[in-house]
Amino acid sequence: MSDQSFIRCRRLTRTYHRGDVEITPLKDLDLDIECGEFLALMGPSGSGKTTLLNLLGGIDQPTSGSLHIDDEGIHGYSRSALAQWRGRTIGYIFQLYNLVPVLTAYENVELPLLLHAMPRRDRHARVAAALDLVGLSDRHDHFPRQLSGGQEQRVAIARAIVTDPKLLLADEPTGDLDRESAEQVMQLLGRLNTELGKTIVMVTHDAKIAARAHHTLILEKGKLVTEVAT
Amino acid sequence: MSAFLRLMPLVLRQLARRPVRTALTAMGVAVATFLFVSVRAMERGVRDATEARASDTKLIVYRANRFCPFTSQLPEHYVERIRRIPGVTGAVPVRIVVNNCRASLDVITFRGVPEEDFEREIMPSLRISSGSVEEWERRGDSAMVGSALAARRGVGVGDRLSGAGIDVYVAGIVESDEPQDRNVAYVHLPFLQESARNLTSSGAGGIVTQFNVTVAESTRLEEIASAIDAEFERDPAPTSTKPERAFVARAARDIIEVSGFARWLGFGALVAVFALVANAIALGMQDRVRDIAILQTLGFKPALVTNLVIAEGILLGLLGGLVGASAAWLALRFGHFTLAMEGVNVEFAATAGVFLVGWLAALAIGGLASVAPAWRAGRTDIVSSFRAA
Repeated sequence: MSDQSFIRCRRLTRTYHRGDVEITPLKDLDLDIECGEFLALMGPSGSGKTTLLNLLGGIDQPTSGSLHIDDEGIHGYSRSALAQWRGRTIGYIFQLYNLVPVLTAYENVELPLLLHAMPRRDRHARVAAALDLVGLSDRHDHFPRQLSGGQEQRVAIARAIVTDPKLLLADEPTGDLDRESAEQVMQLLGRLNTELGKTIVMVTHDAKIAARAHHTLILEKGKLVTEVAT
Repeated sequence: MSAFLRLMPLVLRQLARRPVRTALTAMGVAVATFLFVSVRAMERGVRDATEARASDTKLIVYRANRFCPFTSQLPEHYVERIRRIPGVTGAVPVRIVVNNCRASLDVITFRGVPEEDFEREIMPSLRISSGSVEEWERRGDSAMVGSALAARRGVGVGDRLSGAGIDVYVAGIVESDEPQDRNVAYVHLPFLQESARNLTSSGAGGIVTQFNVTVAESTRLEEIASAIDAEFERDPAPTSTKPERAFVARAARDIIEVSGFARWLGFGALVAVFALVANAIALGMQDRVRDIAILQTLGFKPALVTNLVIAEGILLGLLGGLVGASAAWLALRFGHFTLAMEGVNVEFAATAGVFLVGWLAALAIGGLASVAPAWRAGRTDIVSSFRAA
């Protein structure tokens, strides 16, 4: 355990109630992730991997324990502070892409940049660069419904990286894709990690996909049971 | 530039790229605003025509206990006795013939006045927009027609205007600040008396409907009205004298009652705008639970999400309100709608103020109606939203 790790979880617990039933998908988790790592999270359904990802992304808050990311203790942040923190620190990639349907590819990628004050020309340059990086320079004006699943996921990746966040969180990014598209997405994530130095935490059910990461953590019943170096 | 302003194009896209929902909601707001503005214009017209002002100096002398121009018959020679009453600066005998005594949206009112009184007492408050007084003086069957009546009937100088069995030549069109003047046709008194005699076989020569009296000081209106009524108290045709606006208020009492009821219709229209926008935004938010969660994941703060949703409601109100208020304003402005009863006219007042009030009310209510759904959208739990979507 290091006090210098990029991500530090200490006794991280998340409990919620469904009716009278108390559910604890994550219990007293200790975890350190270094800057620049590419980490896969695996485990059976209900093991707590998505809950952990949500906590790391600041879209859920721990019931107890501490969570430091890039030296910020986000476990005590308000909803508003967390939103601001997400906007500058996190890039989120979802299994179902989660693009805004009424916006074009360009507008979807531009969306997180609108929270930051910058000249329109710079914003345009960054959106164009992000779409170029994912190989969709020719799809600026396409709406999500006009794109294939693989293309949608690449737009989602462009949106995740356009603000140049330090941490990318991917929740089963290839789960809804065919093999070819999944390969393209994984190559892209690999490049983002190796070439741009992004720290990536990825949830997956697929061992082959997990093998593309540096390490794989296996969770069961809210606890870390195995760490596998790949 | 704040994030909110940078995100306004996003709000516009949300509305523009759901055109059917946006158009239907805006249309509903427009219809309600149209109704609200129309009601406000009627209320304003009633107020302008009937509420006393400190500067009022006009009295109407009518036959006592008579309420319709057909039954108010006073000897024309009363005018000399009225002019001699201290404080009176002018008196004009007026014969009124209308084509409909009941409340109606399109009434032709002829006012017969002596030629010299028309020039001296009435013309100073009128502006000639076409034609001339000389032409009116030259022909016995001519009329100076109020602009609203002319527009409503589609007549211009040189045309003939017919109504109530009377046919006149239009010698001029006149503008006035007074709705009563904008909605009547001034004709020569002898011509109208003669025409009325032919129509009714009642021997109406020398008979007028009322006297329009001007007094020197507005503070003496009531005192002089009493003096006039006292002067004719023992005559065969006693009088009832009232300040002009009070006279209009009495004659148009049914219209005032309608206006009072219509006020509730106006408020109902605003409630309809509220319900419509609230419903549209709430349904929109239900459909966009996932989109809202995406925005929050990307770093949109709860307050920003709330403000963006409220902005949608305001834009719907602004768009629907603009269409509805403009349509109402244009319809009233160019339709020249006037409610007339017993020979007095209450004009729908299509003023810029009425238009602005209607538009701003729709805009404000659009914003207010979206507050609750917007607040809920801002408080959306991201994880639950993704699960639910």
